[in-house]
Amino acid sequence: MDLTTTYMGLKLKNPLVPSASPLGRDISTVKRMEEAGASAVVLESLFEEQIIHEKFEMDHFLAQGTESFAEATSYFPESDMYNFGPDEYLAHIQQCQKAVGIPIIASLNGVSTGGWIDYARKIQEAGADALELNLYYLATDPAKDPRKIEDNYIEVLKAVKNAVTIPVALKLSPFFTSLSHMATRFDEIGVDALVLFNRFYQPDIDLENLEVVPNLVLSTSESMRVPLRWIAILYGKLKASLAATTGIHTAEDVLKMIMAGADITQLCATLLQNGIGRITEIQEGMIKWMEDNEYESVKQMKGSMSHKSVAEPAAFERANYMRVLKSYQ
Amino acid sequence: MNRRMNTIDGNEAAAYVAHKINEVIAIYPITPSSNMGEWADQFSAEGRKNIWGTIPSVTEMQSEGGAAGAIHGALQTGALSTTFTASQGLLLMIPNMFKIAGELTPTVFHVSARSVATHALSIFGDHSDVMAVRSTGFGLYASNSIQEVMDNALIAQAASLKSRIPFVHFFDGFRSSHEVQKIEELTDEDMRAMIDDDMIFEHRKRALSPDKPVLRGTAQNPDVFFQARETVNPFYDACPGIVQEMMDKFAKITGRHYHLFDYIGAPDAENIIILMSSGAETVHETVDYLNEQGEKVGMVKVRLYRPFSIEHFIKTLPESVKSIAVLDRTKEPGSAGEPLYMDVINALAETQAAGDLPMKSYPKVIGGRYGLSSKEFTPAMVKAVYDELSKDKSKNHFTVGINDDVTNTSLEYDPSFSTEKSDVVRAMFYGLGADGTVGANKNSIKIIGTETDNFAQGYFVYDSKKSGSMTISHLRFGPRDIHSTYLVSEANFIGCHQFVFLEKYDVLAAAVEGATFLLNSPYPLEETWDKIPKKVQQQIIDKKLKMYVIDAYTVAKETGMGARINTIMQTCFFAISGILPRDEAIAKIKGTIEKTYGVKGEEIVKKNYEAVDGTLANLHELKIPATADSKVKLPPTVPEEAPDFVKNVTAMIIAGKGDDLPVSAFANDGTFPTATTQWEKRNISLEIPVWDENICIQCNKCVLVCPHAVIRPKVYDKKLLENAPKTFKHSKARGKEYDENMVYTLQVAPEDCTGCALCVEVCPVKNKQETRLKAINMASQPPLRDTEKENWNFFLNIPDLDRRGVSVHTVKGSQMLRPLFEFSGACAGCGETPYVKLVSQLFGDRTIIANATGCSSIYGGNLPTTPWAKDENGRGPTWSNSLFEDNAEFGMGFRLTIDKHGEYARELLGKLKTDVGKDLTEALINADQSDEAGIYDQRDRVEELKKILDKSDKAEAKQLLSLADLLVKKSVWIMGGDGWAYDIGYGGLDHVFASGTNVNILVLDTEVYSNTGGQMSKATPRGAVAKFAYSGKPLKRKDLGRLAMSYGNVYVAQIAFGSSDAQTVRAIIEAEAYDGPSIIIAYSHCIAHGINMQYGLDQQKLAVDSGYWPLYRYNPDLIAEGKSPFTLDSKAPKIPFRNYAYNETRYKMLTKSHPEHAKKLIELAQEDVNEKWDYYSGLVKTDKSTEN
Repeated sequence: MDLTTTYMGLKLKNPLVPSASPLGRDISTVKRMEEAGASAVVLESLFEEQIIHEKFEMDHFLAQGTESFAEATSYFPESDMYNFGPDEYLAHIQQCQKAVGIPIIASLNGVSTGGWIDYARKIQEAGADALELNLYYLATDPAKDPRKIEDNYIEVLKAVKNAVTIPVALKLSPFFTSLSHMATRFDEIGVDALVLFNRFYQPDIDLENLEVVPNLVLSTSESMRVPLRWIAILYGKLKASLAATTGIHTAEDVLKMIMAGADITQLCATLLQNGIGRITEIQEGMIKWMEDNEYESVKQMKGSMSHKSVAEPAAFERANYMRVLKSYQ
Repeated sequence: MNRRMNTIDGNEAAAYVAHKINEVIAIYPITPSSNMGEWADQFSAEGRKNIWGTIPSVTEMQSEGGAAGAIHGALQTGALSTTFTASQGLLLMIPNMFKIAGELTPTVFHVSARSVATHALSIFGDHSDVMAVRSTGFGLYASNSIQEVMDNALIAQAASLKSRIPFVHFFDGFRSSHEVQKIEELTDEDMRAMIDDDMIFEHRKRALSPDKPVLRGTAQNPDVFFQARETVNPFYDACPGIVQEMMDKFAKITGRHYHLFDYIGAPDAENIIILMSSGAETVHETVDYLNEQGEKVGMVKVRLYRPFSIEHFIKTLPESVKSIAVLDRTKEPGSAGEPLYMDVINALAETQAAGDLPMKSYPKVIGGRYGLSSKEFTPAMVKAVYDELSKDKSKNHFTVGINDDVTNTSLEYDPSFSTEKSDVVRAMFYGLGADGTVGANKNSIKIIGTETDNFAQGYFVYDSKKSGSMTISHLRFGPRDIHSTYLVSEANFIGCHQFVFLEKYDVLAAAVEGATFLLNSPYPLEETWDKIPKKVQQQIIDKKLKMYVIDAYTVAKETGMGARINTIMQTCFFAISGILPRDEAIAKIKGTIEKTYGVKGEEIVKKNYEAVDGTLANLHELKIPATADSKVKLPPTVPEEAPDFVKNVTAMIIAGKGDDLPVSAFANDGTFPTATTQWEKRNISLEIPVWDENICIQCNKCVLVCPHAVIRPKVYDKKLLENAPKTFKHSKARGKEYDENMVYTLQVAPEDCTGCALCVEVCPVKNKQETRLKAINMASQPPLRDTEKENWNFFLNIPDLDRRGVSVHTVKGSQMLRPLFEFSGACAGCGETPYVKLVSQLFGDRTIIANATGCSSIYGGNLPTTPWAKDENGRGPTWSNSLFEDNAEFGMGFRLTIDKHGEYARELLGKLKTDVGKDLTEALINADQSDEAGIYDQRDRVEELKKILDKSDKAEAKQLLSLADLLVKKSVWIMGGDGWAYDIGYGGLDHVFASGTNVNILVLDTEVYSNTGGQMSKATPRGAVAKFAYSGKPLKRKDLGRLAMSYGNVYVAQIAFGSSDAQTVRAIIEAEAYDGPSIIIAYSHCIAHGINMQYGLDQQKLAVDSGYWPLYRYNPDLIAEGKSPFTLDSKAPKIPFRNYAYNETRYKMLTKSHPEHAKKLIELAQEDVNEKWDYYSGLVKTDKSTEN
C-alpha cells in the first residue's frame, strides 16, 4: 500500500505525524515514535515568552535577599554560565536529528518580531527540517483594530519566511472572521503549510475553590469536525500544504481527513491516552480499510471528499445545517 | 611586570591566593570568613587551577573541628592544605592546631579575626579569637589592608613551607574581610617565584605513606615527652628570619617591602604607638597628619606576632623613643595586661636586662584596648592616645573609643578631629537591603577603581534585621593609597535612597558644608521639600547642601526594575558627583551592567540599560528655600510609655547612637530584658492586611501562619466595645463555647507587619461577590496607619481568654493564646517563626529555651530589640544562646537543673511537711500538671507555699523558697536550624536522644545554612544547588527522623504547617507532653530556597503532596498502650517531585547551569522520594501486622 504523502515539500512515508506536545521532549520517545511508524515529528513549542520570563525570574531570585544582611550577603553560588533556552531546545533538535531518520519539525511561539526571527534562524541552524509557527493572539482589548491584529500575523510570517529557507508552517486557530481570506493572504506570502487547528488551554472554574483553572481537555474524535470542514473548503485553493490536527484518534479519522484534503494528520491526544503504539495501530487500520475498499494510495484519496470534489459542496457550508433540520422534519 | 588592578575585598584576596597555592581545602562556614571558602569553592567549580596546574579540591565539613581534622590528615599525607575560619571556628580548631604545629607541618589558616562570644555573640572583628591560639605553636601573621591580605597570604605560605612552622594569617573581620579596595593582583608567576617546589617535595617526603612506613602521634611518658617537645626550638628560632627572608624576596618581585615590624613616622619620635592589623592603617594616617602639623610621632606595625622576635622588634624602635602605647584589639580579663602589651613589656625588659636597650632610658609603656567587635577606631582616638602619652602621668590599661564610666579606663577624645584630605571624595549611601544599594556601590567602586587612576575603598554597614534592613555604604575615592580604616565621618556626598530614613536616622549628620545630597523621593519635585522633616530642612540650609531629587521607584517601575533602584541611584551618583565625565560614566555603567548581567541574559541587560537612560531625564536639582518651614516633625524613637531601659538604652541603639552609650548602661553579665520589639515600630511594609469581619469564619489560620505575630484574635464580652475607636471591627464570636454576648476581633499591628501576605494566601474564605477578595486582604499601609494604630492599642487592652478555657489542641483554639514571640527581625514571610511562635503560645509561660546560633538566634536575640515576650502576669519564655555546636547539651543542662532542683524541692517539702501542712505538701508533690488547669492550680499552691515558707526561719524553708517555682512544670525547648541539628551539633543531639532526658527539640529545617548565606548542610536535598553544592547536591539528605526513631524512646514528628496546621499543633503538643526526648523536624520554607516567600505555604503543601516531606508522628507512649507508635499523617504522593522542586530557584537554576546533570539528579531525587515513601508507608503496614 502506498501511504506516502508530501507535506510542504517533505516526502513522508505516511501521513501520520505526532503533533507538538510534551511527547517530543524526550529523545527516547521520539525514537519510539519513529519505530511505531511516525513519518515526521513536530517538537513541543519553544516559547520566547517563557525564556524571557525565566531569565527575569532567575535574576530576581538570585538577587533576592542579597547584600541585606552582614552574615549572608548572598544565598546562592554564582554561576558563570546559564542556558536559558533556546540552547536546550536547539540541542534537542540536534539530538533528535542524530537519533532518528524522519524529518524533525520544530515549533516556535514568539512574542517579539526580533524573537521570531532570531529563534527561527537558530532553529534552522540547529538542523530542523521545517518550522511550525505556533501563532496566536487572544484579542481581549476592545480598542485593538482587528485588521491590525491580522496584519501582525502577516508581518510575523513574512519576517520568518525572510529569515529562513526551511519550509514554514503556520498553526492557526479557527477564530478568524474569514479564515478563507486569511488563508489566502498567508498563501500569497508563501506559507508552506497551514496546520488546522491549534488547540488551546481553556479556562475552567473550580467551584470548590472558586478559582479559574486553566487546563487542556484532550480532544475526542468529535472535535475533528471543525478542521475537517476547513480542510475540505481550503483544499485545492492554496499552494500551501494542509495539516489536520485536533480530534484525530482512529484510522477512520485519518482517512476522513485525507479525503477532505489533508496532506498529513497530526496526532496528539490519542498518543497521550493510548501510548506511542497507537501510531502502528492507526497505520494498520488505514491499510486494512484501504485494502478492503480497494484503494491503492493516499494520493488517490487525498481531497476526494473535499469541498470541490464532493457532489454536494454545500454540505460543507452553512446549508449543511439547514439540511439537517429539514431532514429532521 | 604588568599586573592587573582589581577592586576586591579581603576575603576574596585571601581566597584568591590560597586557592592558587593549595591542593586540599576543607572549610566550614562562619561569619565573616564564609566568603573565603565560597570563593575557593567557586574557583574550583569554574575550573580554575592552582599554580601547578591542578584544580584544588574544596570540601565542606560538619564543623570547624572537622575541617581542622581533615586539614591535619591532608597535611600528614603530603597535600598543601588550608582552611578559612574565624572566632568560635578557630577555637574549635585548637586541638588540631597543637598537633599540626607539634608535628612541624607547614600550612596557613586564613582567619578573618572576629570576637569570641562572651557575654554576647558578635559577628564583628577583634583579636580575641587569634589571641586564643597563641599557645598552639602556630605563627601569627597580621595583615592590615586588602593589598596586604593578598601579599601576606603568599608570604606566609612561602615562610611556612620553608620554616615548617604553620601560620594563622589574620586580618580584621569585616573591616578587612569585607572592605573593598583597589589593589594590585598577584600573578601566577609571582606565586611561582615565591614558592620553591623543593619545599613542597620536602613536605611530601615527610608524608605518611605505606611505601615508607613511619609512626607519628605516639603516646609518650614522663621520661621523654619533655625532651621531645623541645626538639622544635631551632625551627621557632629560625622562623622570624625566614619570614623576613620571604618578605625580602617578595619585595624583589613586587616592589612592596614588608618587615616583621614596620616603623612609620618621625625618625626621632619620642611617642609611638604599637599595634597590628587594620587599626594600624588609621594610626599610620594619623601619624602622617600629625607629623605634617609639626609633631614628631611614630608607630610600629606588628606583622609577625608569633614567633615574636625580640631582636627584630627592638631594632625597629627609634632610639629617641620615650613613651610607648601598645594597643590591643582584645580583652583578657584578669591578665596583667593584654597580650601584645605584655610582649612589648617583656621584649623591653629582657633587652634591658641584657644591657642591649638602644634608648637612653627605659621607656614608659602603657597598654590599652580599642576596637572590640569592630568598634570604630578613628584618628581622633589615635590622637587621644598620643595626647595621653605626652602627659606626665599616662593612664595605663586604658580603653579608647568608649565611655567607661564604671572603672574609668577610657580616654577622652575629640570626635571632631579629622585627618580626611580635601582631595578625597567621601560618599555615604543610605539604602535598604532590598533596593540593591550595596551592590550598586560595589559596582561604582569597581568602575572608579578600574577606569580611573583613583584609589577606591568601600565599606558596608548592615543592620541586624533580615526584613526591611538598612544598609549604609561608606565610599572613598582619592589620588593616594587609602589608609582610612574607619567609617566616613565627613561626607561630601550623601545619597538617601529611602525617603522614610529622613524620619528615622540622622542621615545628614556626616555631611560637610557644601556637600551634595541625593534624595530618592516618592513625591513630585515641587512637593518634596515640604515632605522633608523640619530638622532635616534646617540641616540642609545650614550646611549649604546642593540637593538633587529623583523618584527612583517610578523610574524603576517604568523600566521593569521592580523594587531594585540600584542602577538608577548609581547613575544619579555618577551624573552629579563629577568623578567621571557624565557620558563616560554612563558608558562605564553600561559596561558594568553587561559584565554583571550578561550571563543572565540580554533582556536583563536591556532592562538595566533602560533604567540608566530613564534616570537622567528624571533627575532634578532642588533649589533650596531660605527657610525650614516643614510641618513634618521627627517622631520619638520609642513611645513615651516604654520602660526606662528601652527609652534610655534601647532607643539609643535603634537610633544608631549605640556608640554613645556608656559602660554603666549595660548589665555586667549579658542579661537583657525581654519583650522589647514591641517598642520598635519599624513601619517597613507599604501594605498591611485588612480584615473583612463580614465573611471571616474565625478559623485563625492567618494568625497561625503570621511569621511576625502581627495578626491577633480575641474573643471578649461585647460590653468592652463601649470605648472602642470608631473603626474598630468585631463580629459575633463563632463557636459553641462562646455565648451570645461574646464577640470576636481580628486585629493587625499596622506598624509591625512586614507585608509578606502569607495570611492572605492561607485564608480559606472568598468573597462571594468578588472572588479575588478574601476575609483578609492587603491594602496600602500609610492611609491606615493612624487608625489601625489606635485600634491595635485598644485591642491590646482587651483581656486575653483564660487559657484554661481554650481548646489548645486545635488550630483555632491554640491561636487564641497570646504569642510570646512577636515582631522579630526575621525575613518577611519567614517559614521558621510560625513554629517558634506556636511553641510560645502553647507553653511560653513555662518555657526555657536553648537556641543554637543561626537565624533563630539572630532574629531571637540580636540587639537592639528582641522578640521573646511576656504575658499579662509577667511570665514568658526565658532564652539563651550558648554556641552553635553545643545547643542540645546546653538545653539538656537546663533540664538536669530543673529535674535536680525539682527533686530537691520535693525532698525539702517532705522534710517540711509539718510546717507546710500535709494536704498542701501532698497536693504539691502529686499535682497533675498535664493541662493548663493543673498548672494554674499548682501555681496557686506554690504561692501558698511561699507565704508559709516566708514566715519560717528554718534553713530548709529558705532553701525551698528559692526553689519553690521549680515545683511548677517547666518546658525545656532546644531550638535551632539544620546546620546545628544535622551537622555541627549532631553528636550532642544524638547523645541527648540516648540520654532519655525530657527535652523538646525543634529543628527549623531550611535544608541549608540560611544565616550564613546558603551553604549546603546534610539536610540539603539531592539536586538542590547550594554553596558548596555548585552543581547540585549529589547525595540525598540525611533522614534525621529515621535516625531518631531508631532509638525507640524518642518522640519524633515531621511537620509542615503549610500542609497541615492541625498536624503541626498536634505534634508540638504531643512532643511537649512526652516524658523523654522529643524531636520535631519542621519544614521551613526560606529565602535561601529562591522562592517568592508569599507562596511559601504552597511549597510546603507541594513538598508533602509529592511525598518528599511525609508528615508523621512516632510516639513511644503508644507502645505501652499496645498501639503502633508510628502514625503517617500524609497521603501517598500525588504529584511528581519535580512539580514541587522546580518552583524553587535552588533546584531550577541547575537546569539552566547544568541541564544534563539536573536531569540525572531530579530522577535520583524522585527515587529518593519513592524510597522514603516506601519506607514510611511500610512502617504503617509493619506496625499494623505486629498489632495483628
